[in-house]
Amino acid sequence: MHPLLRATVFALCLLPLLGIVLSLQSGGLGPDPAEAIMGISGEWGLRFLALTLFVTVLRTWLDRPWPMHLRRMFGLYAFFYATMHLATFCHFYIGWAAALLLEELTERPYITLGFLSWLLLLPLALSSTRRARRHLGRKWLLLHRLVYPAVVLACVHLVWQVRTDAGEAVVYSLLFALLLGWRLRRRMFPATQPG
Amino acid sequence: MAQFRVPPIPSSEITPESVYLRRRQFMQAAGLLAAPALAGLASDVNARPATGGSPLEFRDAASGPAGFTTDEARTPRQDVTSYCNFYEFGSGKDDPAKYAHEMSVDPWSIAVEGEVARPGKLTMEDVLSRYDLEERVYRLRCVEAWSMVVPWVGFPLAALLKNFEPTSKARYVAFETLYRRDEMRGTRSFTSTIDWPYREGLRLDEAMHPLTLLAVGMYGKTMPNQNGAPIRLVVPWKYGFKSIKSVVRIRLTEKQPATTWQDLNAREYGFYSNVNPDVDHPRWSQKYERRLPSSLLRPNRIPTRLFNGYEDQVAGLYKGMDLKKYF
Repeated sequence: MHPLLRATVFALCLLPLLGIVLSLQSGGLGPDPAEAIMGISGEWGLRFLALTLFVTVLRTWLDRPWPMHLRRMFGLYAFFYATMHLATFCHFYIGWAAALLLEELTERPYITLGFLSWLLLLPLALSSTRRARRHLGRKWLLLHRLVYPAVVLACVHLVWQVRTDAGEAVVYSLLFALLLGWRLRRRMFPATQPG
Repeated sequence: MAQFRVPPIPSSEITPESVYLRRRQFMQAAGLLAAPALAGLASDVNARPATGGSPLEFRDAASGPAGFTTDEARTPRQDVTSYCNFYEFGSGKDDPAKYAHEMSVDPWSIAVEGEVARPGKLTMEDVLSRYDLEERVYRLRCVEAWSMVVPWVGFPLAALLKNFEPTSKARYVAFETLYRRDEMRGTRSFTSTIDWPYREGLRLDEAMHPLTLLAVGMYGKTMPNQNGAPIRLVVPWKYGFKSIKSVVRIRLTEKQPATTWQDLNAREYGFYSNVNPDVDHPRWSQKYERRLPSSLLRPNRIPTRLFNGYEDQVAGLYKGMDLKKYF
């Protein structure tokens, strides 16, 4: 993949962050930036998870290797926005108090699941370097299957928060169901790869 | 004789035009750069037709132990009009500011019915001519763990109820918000699970409490649509959703009335919904609140107080009640 193209994609993925920073500065996030940043960062975490999972699909469809060169970047961006989501919670909602975090994790299961999802992504981010990959060998592939339970937990985390409108949660859950279903089908019927 | 006054806006509160325009440029730039990230956020609510904001005549509420006013810093009006929960116009915080102008509030009347000796209708003209208005500065605590300080203009609900003479059977008061599908796009959403119209309720003694207000304005002017024009309830010791907006019906009942949020999820939303840091909500811890405006460097996270700080005034209403059971 051309380095310039990669750099362009990298920069594009930073735009949501830039949007948040600029709006924070201009007051565009309104009087309660906590709620706005929670929403934006959570949603972009999900979108990048979906993009990461879509890379393999795209490679198979196109029968070209180039999409794979973007997978690590998308995965790391998913972790980046998920981390921003968690940090926003720690900063605005519990004021970095460990005791309160523990209380939230034990009393509110939707928060527990969101946190677990982030926790599953953590080793994936840490082992994303070329060195770690070489070092882990076959185990690396096995380890990175953790992304599947991570997206399932993230979806449940989203669905659990529905109050009066399930629209968004349903759309994301369906999207991930398609992405995971595609893999399941390919595994079960390896001869008839979808193309 | 009531003294009336119309406070002028101090020049210190008026945003210079240059700052106002710069803000728009900022928002547009941010919108262009990260359109998907900011879809919705960048749309400028200032561009929408403003509602409310006509002058009102009123007097200041008495300060003192009644809790009618507070010295705490008032939330800027711009924040109170741009950050709202009014699901009839959408579930996003900025939806009401964007779409509530589609609701027509003139003419307006309130039906008062049920267990009253003299049921009837009250037009807004009746309301404004019959009741003396006063300014009350109340804390408003949302169940989502944010809070504001708002100067409301209104009159005690008790005054209105007394005029209709509740019968001896009356024990509760049920309220209903306007439901007009073609003017309220949130009610047309096919993914929404709310059974319109929005309903709320109080026990009669809560409704008769001097703190319980029917507000027709805020910040010295008539109510903007997104904040519940032309008339709304304000019950400062309860979570914000109890303070029902754009009221069209008040019904006195013998039995505890159904309320919208309780119908949606009885485990999470109780009939009383008194602000209480010791009764946790399954979604949000109620121990702290973000007093708006909040910002990255100053989140303004403060401890939540029992009955939203109105314990001295209202605790007597709940004497002997298990507040964890009757949450």
